[in-house]
Amino acid sequence: MQFMLLFSRQGKLRLQKWYVPLSDKEKKKITRELVQTVLARKPKMCSFLEWRDLKIVYKRYASLYFCCAIEDQDNELITLEIIHRYVELLDKYFGSVCELDIIFNFEKAYFILDEFLLGGEAQETSKKNVLKAIEQADLLQEDAKEAETPRSVLEEIGLT
Amino acid sequence: MPAVSKGDGMRGLAVFISDIRNCKSKEAEIKRINKELANIRSKFKGDKALDGYSKKKYVCKLLFIFLLGHDIDFGHMEAVNLLSSNKYTEKQIGYLFISVLVNSNSELIRLINNAIKNDLSSRNPTFMCLALHCIANVGSREMAEAFAGEIPRILVAGDTMDSVKQSAALCLLRLYKTSPDLVLMGEWTSRVVHLLNDQHMGVVTAAISLITCLSQKNPDEFKTCVSLAVSRLSRIVSSASTDLQDYTYYFVPAPWLSCKLLRLLQCYPPPEDGAVKGRLVECLETILNKAQEPPKSKKVQHSNAKNAILFEAISLIIHYDSEPNLLVRACNQLGQFLQHRETNLRYLALESMCTLASSEFSHEAVKTHIETVINALKTERDVSVRQRAADLLYAMCDRSNAKQIVAEMLSYLETADYSIREEMVLKVAILAEKYAVDYSWYVDTILNLIRIAGDYVSEEVWYRVIQIVINRDDVQGYAAKTVFEALQAPACHENMVKVGGYILGEFGNLIAGDPRSSPLVQFNLLHSKFHLCSVPTRALLLSAYIKFINLFPETKSTIQEVLRSDSQIRNSDVELQQRAVEYLKLSSIASTDVLATVLEEMPPFPERESSILAKLKKKKGPGAVSNHLLKTRKACLTDIKGISTPSPSADLLGLRAGPPVTAAAPSAGSLLVDVFSEAGVNDDGFLRFVCKNNGVLFENQLLQIGIKSEYRQNLGRMYLFYGNKTSVQFVTFTTTLNVQAKPVEPLIEGGAQVQQVINIECLTDFSDAPLLNIKFRYGGALQNLTLKLPVTINKFFQPTEMASHDFFQRWKQLSLPQQEAQKIFKANHAMDTEVLKAKLLGLGMALLENVDPNPENFVCAGVIQTKAQQVGSLLRLEPNAQAQMYRLTVRSSKDTVSKRLCELLAEQF
Repeated sequence: MQFMLLFSRQGKLRLQKWYVPLSDKEKKKITRELVQTVLARKPKMCSFLEWRDLKIVYKRYASLYFCCAIEDQDNELITLEIIHRYVELLDKYFGSVCELDIIFNFEKAYFILDEFLLGGEAQETSKKNVLKAIEQADLLQEDAKEAETPRSVLEEIGLT
Repeated sequence: MPAVSKGDGMRGLAVFISDIRNCKSKEAEIKRINKELANIRSKFKGDKALDGYSKKKYVCKLLFIFLLGHDIDFGHMEAVNLLSSNKYTEKQIGYLFISVLVNSNSELIRLINNAIKNDLSSRNPTFMCLALHCIANVGSREMAEAFAGEIPRILVAGDTMDSVKQSAALCLLRLYKTSPDLVLMGEWTSRVVHLLNDQHMGVVTAAISLITCLSQKNPDEFKTCVSLAVSRLSRIVSSASTDLQDYTYYFVPAPWLSCKLLRLLQCYPPPEDGAVKGRLVECLETILNKAQEPPKSKKVQHSNAKNAILFEAISLIIHYDSEPNLLVRACNQLGQFLQHRETNLRYLALESMCTLASSEFSHEAVKTHIETVINALKTERDVSVRQRAADLLYAMCDRSNAKQIVAEMLSYLETADYSIREEMVLKVAILAEKYAVDYSWYVDTILNLIRIAGDYVSEEVWYRVIQIVINRDDVQGYAAKTVFEALQAPACHENMVKVGGYILGEFGNLIAGDPRSSPLVQFNLLHSKFHLCSVPTRALLLSAYIKFINLFPETKSTIQEVLRSDSQIRNSDVELQQRAVEYLKLSSIASTDVLATVLEEMPPFPERESSILAKLKKKKGPGAVSNHLLKTRKACLTDIKGISTPSPSADLLGLRAGPPVTAAAPSAGSLLVDVFSEAGVNDDGFLRFVCKNNGVLFENQLLQIGIKSEYRQNLGRMYLFYGNKTSVQFVTFTTTLNVQAKPVEPLIEGGAQVQQVINIECLTDFSDAPLLNIKFRYGGALQNLTLKLPVTINKFFQPTEMASHDFFQRWKQLSLPQQEAQKIFKANHAMDTEVLKAKLLGLGMALLENVDPNPENFVCAGVIQTKAQQVGSLLRLEPNAQAQMYRLTVRSSKDTVSKRLCELLAEQF
């Protein structure tokens, strides 16, 4: 896989993961082009399309489009299920995930993705194992939090 | 679980994100962001040391701002500080920031690499994984330099945790992809292969991606993976749907791993070991059988996962292309999918069948689905599916169904999407020519193409129809009649006028007997289009007119009047004006005989050189080059045998042989193979360059390659110009030299030209020319081309002037039998002294006058400059005009040089 993009029906990019080195300018150009192309497609159309020399696999979940670019040799259907498994992981972690969860906890979405896919390849396909890794990390976090000094009230309400 | 309760909930961040979301306009958003940036900057610069939490929060805010699409130019140092925090959550955010905002500042990289090194050696698996993820996400060369040695050790160490192994495998894969030269094979490689046997399915899933990539590059070292992969696959395929617990996905056991295993096997030929092969065939049959079983779940995830494996299995069957039974079963299965209610499956079935069509075992089976495919072309609502159907029709086309398929494609063209018309036109043109039994059908087809999609008919297509009409006298009358009729249409495409003008100018006489198409009628018809046409078409029409004067003397006065009119003879376009003036003069002063000779019917075009005309008309030399596309590359031309025995300078010039250069066999997916050029290594162009340095090396419908080169002593520089003749981009354009490979600009815009410079150093004498392999995608189809680069030993000649006495003295000194090479051969070209002289000078030697007692003979002397040595060479060419033969004798201080020079030159005269 060369990259994965998550964007909303309004064309707002919610997550971007690049597995090939590209300049920021190229990334923006690709994103713009693809968001436009995918959003222009009708609901019943097929989930695959040829784009430049890549194959695009996309699927819409509620208000979010998940879109992967794979190479010529890669398998479209299994990529579709990679998308689905990622959605399942997000769903399980956030508890019926919605777009807002991904906006407000974007860093978590990246962490989960890194446990599942690395360098564009499936690293761990077992839902249990991926979530175990993330939850372990969350536990470490909780421990760390307890040890922290209390923060100012101002900061608690987000004024800094 | 409520959304924000997860993790540590950085409140300041959440508030900031809400603020951004509440911004009513872009301006307001930018204002809010600038305020935040100023705040963060002051915090980072402030005197008060920030605690880890604050640092993390601000770094996270910066990351959010960056991901919104704004530039971030600070915060890297704070992120790097977070890396060395011992709090997991801070470290994690630090790594995320570094992965997303890679910075090439070398001081930072040193700090980052230090932090990674510490985490890798921490023996804390969560920290190790974080560090590995970061390396895999960044994948830079600096990281490869720092860690490519360490990661293989982590991967195969006995005490490494499974999760770390998984990350290490994919991390190494990423480094191998970006810097293959830094990942050295070694003792670890054999142990990596055995990860295919690992107990932990996740480890196998991750490791197999690495193994597949390594196998592609080093098939021999990894070939033991074949039997391991087969037995692993066999275990999965035969397992019950619950055996694999969490690795079962919607009742399908380990679909990802299965696909990867089948993919790995596609790196190798069928297993030689009978038992292994039997087991594999069994697996493939089981997979095909399962496709017929009723689904275990109605969920689309179940069928997708199951079919993903099925399609991958079919790819493997096609890759082997040796099991007729499996191929036909695969074809039947795909045939079922062609009518499936899922659009995705129809799309994939069409795509996969395209490759099946090229196998001799399944070609016929594919053909039985023609009606379904034609129906898909007509009725599919999604253009990408229709495109696949058109591709499949093209792939399944042969003599038996060409007329039907071409007709369907033509009728589809009338409504086809603009984006695919040019490709469709090219496909129709190729099929029409390839399978034309009677050429009137071919002519009809091309004229229809012009009528339906004139704008998309490239020059090559209409040049080609003219070439074919000129070469085949049985179709000329028909062609004249048909274009005449086509031109009757009130609005016809300019390309039609061009073809019409050319063909009537040549063969109008064949229909002139009919009063309805008498010479004057023909002329008036053509001339009625004249004013609507562009300059090049008008120029062509003027030539047609002068041909008319020759064919039909009765049109002379009418045409002369047209030529004489101010709009022609005083035309502001120089070309048109010149033609008008010259044709008018020619028609007035030349006798009928002279006119008939000058304006004789065009001689037949040499077969299979369809692009020659294009070249003549275009005269588009390799001139205009856009500088920004300039790419430099160093290639070292040692004696080609030297590849395996590197010479001292090898390390500098990189003698690693590139991927093996194989003859350009059209790959399964290559639909638009150029039917006009030979497959395999193309060396027609090569020999033309022995005595010259500049010119066109190769040309077909798509691509033109021009060469300019210059040589001095043992050094040379060659400029290659790749011109895209189409209006469509070429993507993933790569060139590989069998001496050394470095990427070239991967994309050539339609109509654009890209330049590549190759620096050449001759280390020692050589016989084989370097091979240049060119690959690119044009409209989705892979094009593959291998050319001999015209670098020959004579390019390194320094001419040596010497007197007669010296010449013969040296000639005698080189008297060992192996030092001489001689050839007697028939003249291929006219034996013109001046041309011969020019060629010999082009060869690079000094042409010595008054040396040979026979003034008809030519003698030359020169020294070949190589890094290793200088090789003096003498040459004598004795023409025998009566017998139309030459005798060529070459003597050099080195036998291989004499031999090679003799071979090269024997083709030149």
